[in-house]
Amino acid sequence: MKKIKISFLGLIAVGLLMSTNSCKPKNAGDTVSSDAAGKVYVAPGHYDEFYNFVSGGFSGQMSVYGLPSGRLLKVVPIFSVNPENGYGYSEETKPMLNTSHGFIPWDDQHHLELSQTNGETDGRWIFANANNTPRVARVNLATFHTDEIIELPNSAGNHSSPFITENTEYVVAGTRFSVPPDDQNGDVPINTYKENFKGTISFISVDKTSGGMDIAFQLQCPAVDFDLSHSGKGPSSGWFFFSCYNTEKANTLLEVNASKRDKDFIMAVNWKKAEEYFKAGKGRKQSVKYAHNVYNEKTQTATSEIKTEVTVLDSKELKDICYFIPCPKSPHGCDVDPTGEYIVGSGKLAALIPVFSFEKIQKAIAAKDYIGDYDGIPVIKYESALYGEVKKPGLGPLHTEFDGRGNAITTMFVSSEVVKWNIKDLTIIDRQPTYYSPGHLCIPGGDTKKPNGKYLIVYNKITKDRYLPTGPELAQAAQLFDISGDKMKLLLDFPTIGEPHYAQAIEASVIKDRSVKFFKIEGNNNPYVSKGEATTKVVREGNKVHVYMTAIRSHLTPDNIEGIKMGDEVYFHITNIEQDWDVPHGFAIKGAGNAELLVMPGETCTLKWMPDRVGIFPFYCTDFCSALHQEMQGYLRVSAASSNVPISFSTGTNIPKSDSTGNK
Amino acid sequence: MKKLIVSGLIGFVVVIAISCGGGNTSSDKSAPAASENTTNGNPSYDPHRGEGKFTKVDVGATVDQSMADNGNKIYSVKCQGCHKLTDEKLVGPGWKGVTTRHSAEWIMNFITNTDEMITKDPKAQAMLELCLVRMPNQNLSDDDARALYEFQRKNDGAK
Repeated sequence: MKKIKISFLGLIAVGLLMSTNSCKPKNAGDTVSSDAAGKVYVAPGHYDEFYNFVSGGFSGQMSVYGLPSGRLLKVVPIFSVNPENGYGYSEETKPMLNTSHGFIPWDDQHHLELSQTNGETDGRWIFANANNTPRVARVNLATFHTDEIIELPNSAGNHSSPFITENTEYVVAGTRFSVPPDDQNGDVPINTYKENFKGTISFISVDKTSGGMDIAFQLQCPAVDFDLSHSGKGPSSGWFFFSCYNTEKANTLLEVNASKRDKDFIMAVNWKKAEEYFKAGKGRKQSVKYAHNVYNEKTQTATSEIKTEVTVLDSKELKDICYFIPCPKSPHGCDVDPTGEYIVGSGKLAALIPVFSFEKIQKAIAAKDYIGDYDGIPVIKYESALYGEVKKPGLGPLHTEFDGRGNAITTMFVSSEVVKWNIKDLTIIDRQPTYYSPGHLCIPGGDTKKPNGKYLIVYNKITKDRYLPTGPELAQAAQLFDISGDKMKLLLDFPTIGEPHYAQAIEASVIKDRSVKFFKIEGNNNPYVSKGEATTKVVREGNKVHVYMTAIRSHLTPDNIEGIKMGDEVYFHITNIEQDWDVPHGFAIKGAGNAELLVMPGETCTLKWMPDRVGIFPFYCTDFCSALHQEMQGYLRVSAASSNVPISFSTGTNIPKSDSTGNK
Repeated sequence: MKKLIVSGLIGFVVVIAISCGGGNTSSDKSAPAASENTTNGNPSYDPHRGEGKFTKVDVGATVDQSMADNGNKIYSVKCQGCHKLTDEKLVGPGWKGVTTRHSAEWIMNFITNTDEMITKDPKAQAMLELCLVRMPNQNLSDDDARALYEFQRKNDGAK
């Protein structure tokens, strides 16, 4: 009886919980206007209006969504291996993930930045940062393939990256963790942080035509945590702005110890000046070790080179490069408006948003209106750089983007809302709840000279009750707002992969018509290509066996292979000889300890395979390609190491003849 | 609740409007594919020539050997996987006699405009029923297609 009572009470409690919970969706529902469905509905067979490139956070990859539908179009592997298509597993792509620490199969991908020309997105490439083992990648937006990854020496926690200058002259990469420089003995007590640790900002040059990256120079800076950054534009061309926290230089319990000062800094960097110093040979050559990995489209093969030198400019010795601007309470976002005049710092612990004026910063520098220096770098007087403050915007301001109509929109992490305010008069125009705890936000071109202020996408850290529960781990999510009017209108929720941080969006028309449909077989210079079935073969070189195989609907050539022995390393070089759009073939073999391959039309990919036992091993195409896809299969025979079964291969006929293959 | 119904109705109307539009165009397009249309003498489709950019191909009295050699090279990279040079079917039909079964225009249109031809051409559709694999468009240039035809002529015994 007692039990029943208790459970009855329990039921009431559950009922109460449910009723409070049920209020939430109701409220959330009320924020959605009745025409929302029509605004995000993209009819079957029709294209979306925008591409939305979303960082994958701890997935290490980048996802691509269509807007306004929120449909997931592709996941592009960048910093993590991807057994789904063989990225990081195929012999051609393994070198992409090489670092000075060796092969690294995972990273934490936070920010994305589209290449720009004249301060507008041009849709050629998108750059991505790796936060954990510091790297910057370049993804080719004609192929949606990661074409280049460069590692950053003297760095740890590459967070304020990969933001770019107006004409993609440079991609920057600032350390979140200050560390001892790579050429010094790092075996020091951690509590010598203040003496031995340094912050570093890398300027990676980008070739205008090929997109090829190279670390031009690094700026050695005080040992603070560099958080986020954005390039100047228009009048502030030639300058870069970085938010800094932990100006306390704490090395333990940063939650408390790095939150003590009333103001940290925005660091203004005159990169044109730094470039001048670099060209004038004012840098110090430092011995380091970092990997530079490049995917060659012609050979369809990546190579990794370990580089050993970098040029470092000292921000303390070389004057007129760096200036600190006090910014309230651990600034996070550091965003420059489309005119290039206003710099918005978002102090995540501050109850206001400071807006700095580039013109005032220049005047303050000219007048040496400093309150002192920090590690030899001048600190501009707060009021002398400040345009004004947005008062009581909400709690926990993080990031700001711009709508191109003179307004800024800022995410409020703690109070779970987006707040729209006018840059000129600093008044709040609108605020809308998000579900829940927004981090980054994105407006197409929202950090460029020319935003398209139609949509706003907010990336939430917590979704709680927004989706069907899936155990303890829930999807993180994006929310799409219509921002074409004064009021921001919530249109759509859509879940994302990994954890979305910064994102970029661009009009589909800029990218879609340049999208590569297949690789021309004539231009395939992979050393292991088979240009037609007549050139397929199986070649033994010692214990290495190279299988040159073709795939076309719907057979693999050769599809009967014998003469493989225990102890062999078998390399399957699969060439897809189709020359049409959307006809990849897959390749998998039983017992493969790595992954499968997805081979695009005209491409050659290589899978390494080591037999672990004697016997017959089937292989097949994994990507449904035609009505006879299930027939696209073959057999490989593995014999004992001492066996004298000769190498033989065939398709369509039995070699050796059937009567000779029986047991003797 | 009212809101839900309203938005539901709007969604429904949108779907209808769009599906009508799409349906009409697609049925227009697929109409000539029906085989009776070709026998009806539908002027929009010429089964002798096929559908594509080639309306008249100049074929020489004798085989252009260098062109045929070039065609042979293209064949080995892009076609051999599915077509034998005998009359034996592999994935697609063997090429023996192909130049007697089809005009030069038809073959070159089929090679370069594969998808549309498979959708429209009665002979191509009949072949699809036998082979069950849609011939891929191997993206041959006009010159490649012409060279391939010359190679097929040579394979069929033209001198």
